[in-house]
Amino acid sequence: MVGRGQRKRGDRSTRIRRCLLSLATVFLLFFAHRAQAVDINVFAAASLTEAFGQLARLAEHQHPGWHIDLQFGGSQQLAMQIEQGAPAAVFASADERWMRYLGDRGLLADEPQDFAHNRLVVIVPKANPARIEHIEDLARPGIKLVLGAAAVPVGRYSRDVLANLSGSAAFGPDYREHVLRNVVSEEQEVKGVVAKVELGEADAGIVYGSDVTAKVAGAVRMLPIPEPQNVTATYPIAIVKNAADLSAARAFVALVLSQEGQQVLDSHGLIPASLR
Amino acid sequence: MNDAPNPPRHHPLRRLGALGLLVGAALAAALFLSLLSLPLLSLFLRIPPAELLRRLAAPLVLQALRLSLITSVASTAAVALLGLPLAYLLAMREFTGKRVLSVLIDLPMVLPPTVAGVGLLLAFGRTGLVGAALAPFGVTIPFTMIAVVLAQAFVAGPFFINSARAGFESIDPRYLQAAATLRASPDYVFFRVLVPLCLPALLSGAAMTWARALGEFGATITFAGNLPGQTQTMPLAVYVALQTDLEAAVALSVILVIVAFTLLLILRTLPLRPRR
Repeated sequence: MVGRGQRKRGDRSTRIRRCLLSLATVFLLFFAHRAQAVDINVFAAASLTEAFGQLARLAEHQHPGWHIDLQFGGSQQLAMQIEQGAPAAVFASADERWMRYLGDRGLLADEPQDFAHNRLVVIVPKANPARIEHIEDLARPGIKLVLGAAAVPVGRYSRDVLANLSGSAAFGPDYREHVLRNVVSEEQEVKGVVAKVELGEADAGIVYGSDVTAKVAGAVRMLPIPEPQNVTATYPIAIVKNAADLSAARAFVALVLSQEGQQVLDSHGLIPASLR
Repeated sequence: MNDAPNPPRHHPLRRLGALGLLVGAALAAALFLSLLSLPLLSLFLRIPPAELLRRLAAPLVLQALRLSLITSVASTAAVALLGLPLAYLLAMREFTGKRVLSVLIDLPMVLPPTVAGVGLLLAFGRTGLVGAALAPFGVTIPFTMIAVVLAQAFVAGPFFINSARAGFESIDPRYLQAAATLRASPDYVFFRVLVPLCLPALLSGAAMTWARALGEFGATITFAGNLPGQTQTMPLAVYVALQTDLEAAVALSVILVIVAFTLLLILRTLPLRPRR
């Protein structure tokens, strides 16, 4: 009995040893893998969701071992997070204001470079419950309009457009005020505006042209804003001061600015900076 | 160990053990209390009282505070009114599906509030299950104060129902039998015997529901949107401020903490001994 018990115990200890050995191997492999992996945290404006998703895949494909963590949000929110110490390596903003905000506080590692532009459009749900046929209709009382909040780039651009339209004879000086009276929600990023219109809860919203992706286009209708009164959004990109891996961050920014990167942006409805 | 004689009652070692336990408990309590109080203390240290008063006078803050108080009281009242019969049923009757019903009532406490918001949109939104039926009558719920109240009631309801149910269950049925033998009518028994006996449980449940409603964020911003004066409650105002102005966010947070603490303290100190 005793002998059998001992042999059993011997078996068990061998098994445990083998188990530990394989665990150690897994750990070693894991850390060896981690050692050569490069993590790049990219903070990008919500309107870049689709384009930067593809750019990240492209970068990971070109640089085996790279892992790109994308964080999308309103540019104002991302800028505040970076100011509070969020570990971003690259910041791509939907306007110059929030890039300057970080630059003024000495939080950027290099000069921002403009990499893309965008134009604004009015969208209404396909069913168009409020029967909005022209952007003049946005001033009609009772319309449920959703805009970005004033601090959000798209919200500021939208208000600029409304001011421009009010300045034109066709719309009249009261246009802006009447339209703003119809606002039922101020979203914290442009995708929030898109979602409310897509769901049919809002009668209309103002978003970027690039937000009307193939998927969104199935649910909404676009109303153009007259060219002279439309505004051009400018997207700067920069490396954040405390980037974990400066050279990798630089390589990612270079990819965004490269011809290949600009083509990706173009294919997602943004206006490549190289074209202007 | 087993052979060792039990130490006498006041053995020094045992005394030492008791002391150790006491010290350990005190340490654990202190750690937990610091986890609770440090964030609150940090909020208060961040902002001078004069600045706080100045912020309190801002129309945006007053609007948000008023909206928060009105909606949270309304949702608590609605939950108390509609939840009381349900709590009574769950406590006093046996029926099939009772367990499923209980889980269903608990569910909002576990669900991420954003999920609740999406669900509310799909039910009460303009194109939603109920919302589409209401639309022909000109009733739209999203982006209104009603939506805020619905979101709060959905998320905070379980706290009242569970507390009320536990209160009803704790009542000795002999009290009710005694009342019945004295030929008290069922509604007399309910309102003059059961409810007074359960008053502390009902009120503490209402206080918990009210507190949860006051802090509601995720379901509100998803379902009711964010518009100052209409649907922007205090938590939403804090979130929005946090994206552009940290100091304003701190001021709003401190105000919310003071209001919540004061009201909960008042509720706790009300003379509410069960009249047994």
